[in-house]
Amino acid sequence: MKKALAKCYIWLLLAMLYAPLLFIAVYSFTESRVMGSWTGFSVKLYQNLFTGNVSGGAALLSAVENTLLIALIAAAFSTVLGTVAAIGIFNLKERSRRAMQFLNNIPMINPDIITGVSLFLLFVFLRFSQGYVTVVLAHITFCTPYVVLSVMPKLSQMNPNIYEAALDLGATPGQALRKVLIPELRPGMISGFMMAFTMSLDDFAVTFFTRGTVGLDTLSTYIYADARKGGLTPELRPLMTLIFLLVLVLLVIINLRGSRAKNATE
Amino acid sequence: MVKRSTWSIPYLIFMLVFVVLPLLLIVLYAFQDGSGRFTLSNITHFFSDSDSLSTFAVSIEVAIENTLICILLGYPAAWILANRKYNKSAVTVVLFIMPMWINALMRTLATAELFNMLGIALGKGTLLFGMVYDFLPFMIYPIYNTLRKMDQSYAEAAEDLGAAPWTVFWKITVPLSIPGVMSGILMVFMPTVSTFAISEFLTNNKIKLFGTIIQENINSSMWNYGAALAFIMLVIIGITTLFQGSEQTEAEGGVI
Repeated sequence: MKKALAKCYIWLLLAMLYAPLLFIAVYSFTESRVMGSWTGFSVKLYQNLFTGNVSGGAALLSAVENTLLIALIAAAFSTVLGTVAAIGIFNLKERSRRAMQFLNNIPMINPDIITGVSLFLLFVFLRFSQGYVTVVLAHITFCTPYVVLSVMPKLSQMNPNIYEAALDLGATPGQALRKVLIPELRPGMISGFMMAFTMSLDDFAVTFFTRGTVGLDTLSTYIYADARKGGLTPELRPLMTLIFLLVLVLLVIINLRGSRAKNATE
Repeated sequence: MVKRSTWSIPYLIFMLVFVVLPLLLIVLYAFQDGSGRFTLSNITHFFSDSDSLSTFAVSIEVAIENTLICILLGYPAAWILANRKYNKSAVTVVLFIMPMWINALMRTLATAELFNMLGIALGKGTLLFGMVYDFLPFMIYPIYNTLRKMDQSYAEAAEDLGAAPWTVFWKITVPLSIPGVMSGILMVFMPTVSTFAISEFLTNNKIKLFGTIIQENINSSMWNYGAALAFIMLVIIGITTLFQGSEQTEAEGGVI
């Protein structure tokens, strides 16, 4: 009885969370301009999306491209910067380590709008013209802390003697780094990269303030401008549905692999 | 690994330029007029402008209500998810986080359209619903994390000593999960105050939140007043973080 009640509650909350997503998915199969009015089943919007026959199609496709590219570049840079930083921070003395960790927390605690406005003022102050580069720099700023945070635990779990042993056995510091340290840190780096990637994909406010006036759009800023013009581009519905399915498949794969790895170690 | 500590230097420089300097610039611009002279007028303007003040009050009100609803709805959910009797798989937890991978603006717009279709007028109620919908996972996840890591032996000891399940819950589980609730509050309260876009879409521009007026001022080149508003928000963030600073270190990892 209790168990059924608990299950009911969880599924009710999930139903609430997924209702809008389901709504998008259902209305991706009709041609009507607005969600909520059904004009018969059709896969036309999917066809439009794939043939690029979208009203203002080039803009939407380039927004998707920008979103992915910015997320990839920002996540890659953040992963390198964050991993190097984590190794450095881990080896600092207690006081400086605390200071660095405090600094590292700031971008995570600050709401997006503060990060956005402050970076906007920075680029204005430095007379740095805003566009692709400033957006990428801004994304690296708010992504790196998450990489640092996911690599740090791997460093403290690691047995420091392994690294020393490699050096004693004649490895150069470079070899010890590549063959010992990096493999140990890899899981943390990967989860840091994934986190940075998703934070960047989902960002709206920071991009909004740092993209300048060169007409650079990511998916978020495109949707924002679209909605303010009144009425979303209908092709966004199939696009979102496909992204959702992709994420679903990815998560299922990751979870299956995760539970298999767990079973293997048990 | 002695000299490895120098590896933190590039990141230190990066953060000084892209985190510390920008925040100092908010303070600088907040206390300057358009021609770069020192002034307090931006700050005094805020405290004498009834529009800004009422927007601020509404934002705080919505944020408090949103945070409370998120705790009320999220705590039981986190508790059920962390309880091995009720939930054996991690998949349900992932299901709660998954909507976050879909563009937040798109989700919000779909929510607004859903309300339109159901004939519910956009306003305060729909704004709160949309906010809860957007922020609930951020409350559930840290609470779930602390509950999951909690040492079960305390609860078992209390049970063995004859405490009723309800007593165990209030005297053991709840106090031990406070760090999770705290980091949940941190992740819901200030972001609610500062959202723009979302409040515009969910209320048809009827209700403005603090984030919206910051954005409007920055976008219409009123940088100094925009910076002053951001500065006021920074002060509040500073106070709330200091307030929970000691607890935050324990809730490590709960942030994500």
